[in-house]
Amino acid sequence: MFSLDLLQDALVSGVLLGCFYAAVSLGLSLSFGLLDVPNVAHPAFLVMASYGVFYLNDKFGVDPLLAGLLITPLLFVFGLVAYRLYYETFEKRGSDAGVRGIAFFFGIAFIIEVLLILQFGVDQQSVTASYIGKAWRIAGMRIPYRLLVAFAVAAGLTILLTLYLSKTFMGRAIRAVAQDQEALRLMGADPIRIKQWAFGISTAVLGISGALLIIVAPVNPTLDRSYIGRTFCVVVMAGLGSMSGTLVTAIILGVVEAVVLTMFGASWAPAISFAMLLGVLAVRPQGLFGRRS
Amino acid sequence: MNRGGTTFWIGAILFLAAAFAMTQLIGNQYPFFACYVILQFIVLAIAWNVLGGYAGYVNFGTSAFFGVGVYTAVFLFKSIGAPLVVQIAAAAIVGALMGFALGLLTLRMQGIFFSIATIALTIVIETAITNWRYVGGAAGIQMQQPAPMAPFTSYVQMLFFVQALLVVLAVAISRYIQNSWIGRGLQALKDDELAAECTGVPTLRLKLLACVISGALMCAAGAPAAMYLQYADPSSAFNLNYSVSVLAMSLIGGTAHWAGPIIGAILLGATQQLLTVTISSEVNVLILGVMLVLFVVGAPEGIIGLIRKARGNRGEGEA
Amino acid sequence: MMSPEIQTPEAKTSEAQPPLLRISALTKKFGGFTALDNVSVDIRPGERFGLIGPNGSGKTTLINCISGAFRTEPGTVTFGGEDITRLPPHIRTRRGIARSFQIPRPFRSMTVAENLMVGLDFAGRADEVVSAGRERDTMMSILTRMGLASKADVSTAKLSQVELRKMELARALATHPKLLVSDEAMAGLSNSEVDEVLDLLMSLAAQNITIIMIEHIMQAVMRFSDRVMCLEAGKIIAIGKPEEVMANPRVQEAYLGT
Repeated sequence: MFSLDLLQDALVSGVLLGCFYAAVSLGLSLSFGLLDVPNVAHPAFLVMASYGVFYLNDKFGVDPLLAGLLITPLLFVFGLVAYRLYYETFEKRGSDAGVRGIAFFFGIAFIIEVLLILQFGVDQQSVTASYIGKAWRIAGMRIPYRLLVAFAVAAGLTILLTLYLSKTFMGRAIRAVAQDQEALRLMGADPIRIKQWAFGISTAVLGISGALLIIVAPVNPTLDRSYIGRTFCVVVMAGLGSMSGTLVTAIILGVVEAVVLTMFGASWAPAISFAMLLGVLAVRPQGLFGRRS
Repeated sequence: MNRGGTTFWIGAILFLAAAFAMTQLIGNQYPFFACYVILQFIVLAIAWNVLGGYAGYVNFGTSAFFGVGVYTAVFLFKSIGAPLVVQIAAAAIVGALMGFALGLLTLRMQGIFFSIATIALTIVIETAITNWRYVGGAAGIQMQQPAPMAPFTSYVQMLFFVQALLVVLAVAISRYIQNSWIGRGLQALKDDELAAECTGVPTLRLKLLACVISGALMCAAGAPAAMYLQYADPSSAFNLNYSVSVLAMSLIGGTAHWAGPIIGAILLGATQQLLTVTISSEVNVLILGVMLVLFVVGAPEGIIGLIRKARGNRGEGEA
Repeated sequence: MMSPEIQTPEAKTSEAQPPLLRISALTKKFGGFTALDNVSVDIRPGERFGLIGPNGSGKTTLINCISGAFRTEPGTVTFGGEDITRLPPHIRTRRGIARSFQIPRPFRSMTVAENLMVGLDFAGRADEVVSAGRERDTMMSILTRMGLASKADVSTAKLSQVELRKMELARALATHPKLLVSDEAMAGLSNSEVDEVLDLLMSLAAQNITIIMIEHIMQAVMRFSDRVMCLEAGKIIAIGKPEEVMANPRVQEAYLGT
């Protein structure tokens, strides 16, 4: 029932899957991890982006990754608007932003779900591309190309975002605003503009993430629910706001999921990320490598 | 205060009398099917408000408690054929224990971490139930309604009246909490936990109490649902829609007063019943989401807040 | 430890009256940073105790250890002869330790009166909680003493800075404290307001409430305190009569240095 071969398979697909999980969590690592925005709608935005990619692929035959790039600017603007709305209605008013802020994003997530159902139906949708459906055979294993594509793109995305945050002026400003908003204000920068920009980046990344999501497996409008567990698990475990930490913990999650799946079967799959998340939260509410508040 | 108490209990008795009269006078089953759901949401919303409204801990795990209530009933019915009263009482006990466990596990978490943890709990429990063959697993389980008890001629009418009793119980508890030192303590810790603690409020114990009460009521409200539908399956018993509906009802009604969740539950519950029948269940979720967003943005204190504001504007004198 | 033979008269009186609060060998670390380093001090009943020191010297950390917001690893806190090191804040409050906050932390959704009711409900004297009428009387008498009687039914969100400071002291009083820790209750107030709050604290001390006052306004500290302690980098660098502490070169250096 359980063999070394299977374990090897599980490990390899776990690592590949993990990189993919990192790619879909990066945006949340920015918005929730760095900016403290309780963005529970992140997975819904992700699925929405997938449907954008599906639409372009289905209607015009655009390659899913290219489609992801094409919708990136739209998602960026969407993020700018969403943060402005959140800021004006919650952060600015200050007290009690927590309760209502979370409810706000949850409401948004629900609206997106339903709009997707009304537009595309409840059925699963998938994209077509030359690299989907084929597999690479090596050392007795069969690795689907779509996972390899996801792996390569996810790794690239993580590196790009890490570079952006550490090398560019705006990236450094984003990290500064997460550390000390007042200091930044004293230096003459507008922290709200920077946070808005950062939130825009966090949704813009979803163009590519969403493309990967629908490349890896078909999507349906309520898929975001299982990704609440995965993305928050990855981000919280990583210690809020760390991009490299995000990659590491995403791989851990991917491997654990793959191993549990092999050993106990698919019916336990939905609970894995949530159980890990619960564990992390119970032991260390600030995350494994948590930043101190 | 005392006069308010008398008025309240007279109102409660009138409500129960009316509910009972309905079961004796109306032959058509449909009103009971519809009203049962609304009553169930009232209990859930009030229960949610004890923790979410008074203490400020946003629980997204309503569906976890509801589902556990459903499956406690299913398990007891299947294994020993327990009567409805036992199912509900047992569900309340299980809910209280679960609330206590949730509290111990999560109440040191702040804000969104607590909320996320409650979602996580829901999915974990749902998955466990899905893998539990005895109660039907993923496919679900059929429930055969037994004959109704004495004065009732149909089982649904009886369930309707039982749920009406739960409503009165829930309202009485929530009203008591609001008007007592418990409510004041919860409000204080909602405003500022450290300041509350330094003013003598045992914050952890009060939060645990709120979790226990809220959990017991939610599970109790869920227990009759299996019999109501004559069927239970994990994905509908643990559906996140319950969490969001109940949260929306409380926030839209207003969380600062016990009447808020009732107003919200009646308003949204009735709208849902109407829309599900006339248009579609998708549109009804859409409206739920839109109303939730509109209210948290535009009227953060809910309908209760709007009423208070209107009163305050008319003549500064507000009691 | 002094042997009984060589006790001074002053030490004899303190022997007769055991300390209300005893902090011994208290150390508090945050990660690698030592906020309090082996601090020991006794506060006598009825004493007006001034606590000074530059920013980041550990004053607020010390208060948090006294009120229970922080747990301390090495070191003990004894209050009225009882070891309270492991007690949570609300129990300490009920034992008689009350505090105000550097940045006021009112219960914002409540009126001034309701803020006080929290204290009365949870830490007030049992005989007063029994009847609602007595509770209201106690509350109004505290508010009158604090000069806030007219604000009883005003939301705390509408109070001015000085009113917030007074409200915090009033709320602390509602818990019937034996020891009141006032954390910069005068910060950001005008000169006349400083005098007002100082007079209030003096009147509380006259009613036999022991007070630890943390303050940056030196005239206030000098006027108020029987004894002053100066912290720097988590260590006590001077303790004694106000004039002596002020004259201490290390204290002067610490203050000029910032």
